[in-house]
Amino acid sequence: MSNRPLPLPAPPPAVRLFPLGDSAVVLEFGTGISPLTHGAIAAFSRYLAAHPFVGLREYVPAFTTLTVYYDPWLVSENGQCQPYERVAEVLRQLLATATATEATAETSVVEIPVCYGGEFGPDLEFVAQHAGLTPDQVIELHSKAEYLVHMIGFAPGFPYLGGLDARLATPRRPEPRALVPAGAVGIAGPQTGIYSLPTPGGWQLIGRTPLRLFNPEWAHPSRLRAGQHLRFVPIDTAEFTRLQQQELLL
Amino acid sequence: MSLRILRPGLLTTVQDLGRFGYQQDGLVVSGAMDAVALRVGNLLVGNAEHAAGLEITLLGPTIRFGAAHLIALTGAHLSPTLDGQPVGLNRPIRVRAGTTLAFGAPVAGSRTYLAVAGGVAVPVVLGSRATYLRAELGGLHGRALRAGDELPTGEPAPLSQQLLQALPEFQPEKNWSQARWTPGPDLCPVPRPNPIIRALPGPEYGQFSVGSQRAFWQRPFTVSPQADRMGYRLQGPKLERLVDTELLSSAVAFGTVQVPAGGQAIVLLADHQTTGGYPRLAQVISVDFAALAQVRPGQTLRFQEVSLADAQALYLAQERRVAALRRAIGAFFKI
Repeated sequence: MSNRPLPLPAPPPAVRLFPLGDSAVVLEFGTGISPLTHGAIAAFSRYLAAHPFVGLREYVPAFTTLTVYYDPWLVSENGQCQPYERVAEVLRQLLATATATEATAETSVVEIPVCYGGEFGPDLEFVAQHAGLTPDQVIELHSKAEYLVHMIGFAPGFPYLGGLDARLATPRRPEPRALVPAGAVGIAGPQTGIYSLPTPGGWQLIGRTPLRLFNPEWAHPSRLRAGQHLRFVPIDTAEFTRLQQQELLL
Repeated sequence: MSLRILRPGLLTTVQDLGRFGYQQDGLVVSGAMDAVALRVGNLLVGNAEHAAGLEITLLGPTIRFGAAHLIALTGAHLSPTLDGQPVGLNRPIRVRAGTTLAFGAPVAGSRTYLAVAGGVAVPVVLGSRATYLRAELGGLHGRALRAGDELPTGEPAPLSQQLLQALPEFQPEKNWSQARWTPGPDLCPVPRPNPIIRALPGPEYGQFSVGSQRAFWQRPFTVSPQADRMGYRLQGPKLERLVDTELLSSAVAFGTVQVPAGGQAIVLLADHQTTGGYPRLAQVISVDFAALAQVRPGQTLRFQEVSLADAQALYLAQERRVAALRRAIGAFFKI
């Protein structure tokens, strides 16, 4: 282990620690979406993977946080000390000694075909109205941008993307839909993403991709990975049907 | 060595203690909703605590044992019978080949666990045998059990053989016998219908109005019909968040109480998504997951605030009780 001070790519003025219940601790690396915060979280995730502590269950990176799940029994050496204080102390030490490993830069851009609007994008009109734009302008802005896969979460293979044009930010629906189909492309606040499985969800739906994002039979069950870059390519319904049939053969 | 499903019941799935390590790929943990009940069941049949068993929901299945087995039933009281005769919960039971397990009226709680010596031996997917229905993975073909399914079981451990040999002889014309002892009620509680659920304030607790904070701790919440392994939607006082800034998605856990803008709380359970963007009002403490798992739609919950130190002290006490049961069973057979 190195004794050098923490040279993370992001300037973490202070990583804030707070509990999520009695078996998890949240490390907050920043308060807004940024590639720098993303880099700092990715670097510390790699460090934690290489230096696991006794009682570490797993960790979940998100936009500004890394949530670390632990077993209070093992962390406290079978109940010999206060688990949260112990785990916070261990994590502060790891933060202080962590050295950023070189990120393998992703250069390729993954293209995701999307059929916008109509039955596939029931909230496209609402998003357009909210932004004061036409639906076509929403499609143009959404498909023009290049996105960073910040994290996979919410459901298996579901990518949270950074890089949404600020004009398209739209609040979530007040109540989630009971069922959103796999492939649905949505917006929630300043985020855009793709539903990877049929699931309840509250995002504003603007289109759908025919590609599968998750398959437990694939060697790597998630199509996308944190750190990748991504672009949406508008397609029509005929192309959607063609690609969907092609996916079934995979 | 197998279990044959004659009737599947309302929802019967293969579960273990969950699939850890893949939440960063968005894959949920799953596993038993009442994990302590499954762990105790496994200990009673000489298994490792994490062995896979069956999670049986409200209206139980009918199962024929294809061979002689050592089994235990823990968790909810759903009126279990063997060959039509009532059988006890929370104790080792030996059954002859051909014996039929069935269930009757749900008496207390909603989830019973069937542990079998050797464990249910479905394939391990990404480190676990737990069924995750929504992604159709784990368990038996990623789905709930159906009539006609055959479930393989593993080789019982030496401890299982010793537990079995210590059971009473079969009575004439009876194809099963059960132990006369059970662990104490602190490890095998009878589920209560309208439980008090202890919780910690969540990360966004301070963003809710004082009135809503007070209402959360003081008012009852009804578990709505929209209640499954992913979570329960609760019906109760409208919970009002004072700030309307959109949150960035972050991790959510078993027991996270999140509140969509409509103001009706949702408590997340075993098949919860890995991350979410609704404000996290509270976090149920680990030792009360069992009570949460056993509550039924239509019943009410009340939340009671506890400190983190108390929550962890309660968790450590629970783990000491589980460890004591494991040691007691091992010591009896000099393992």
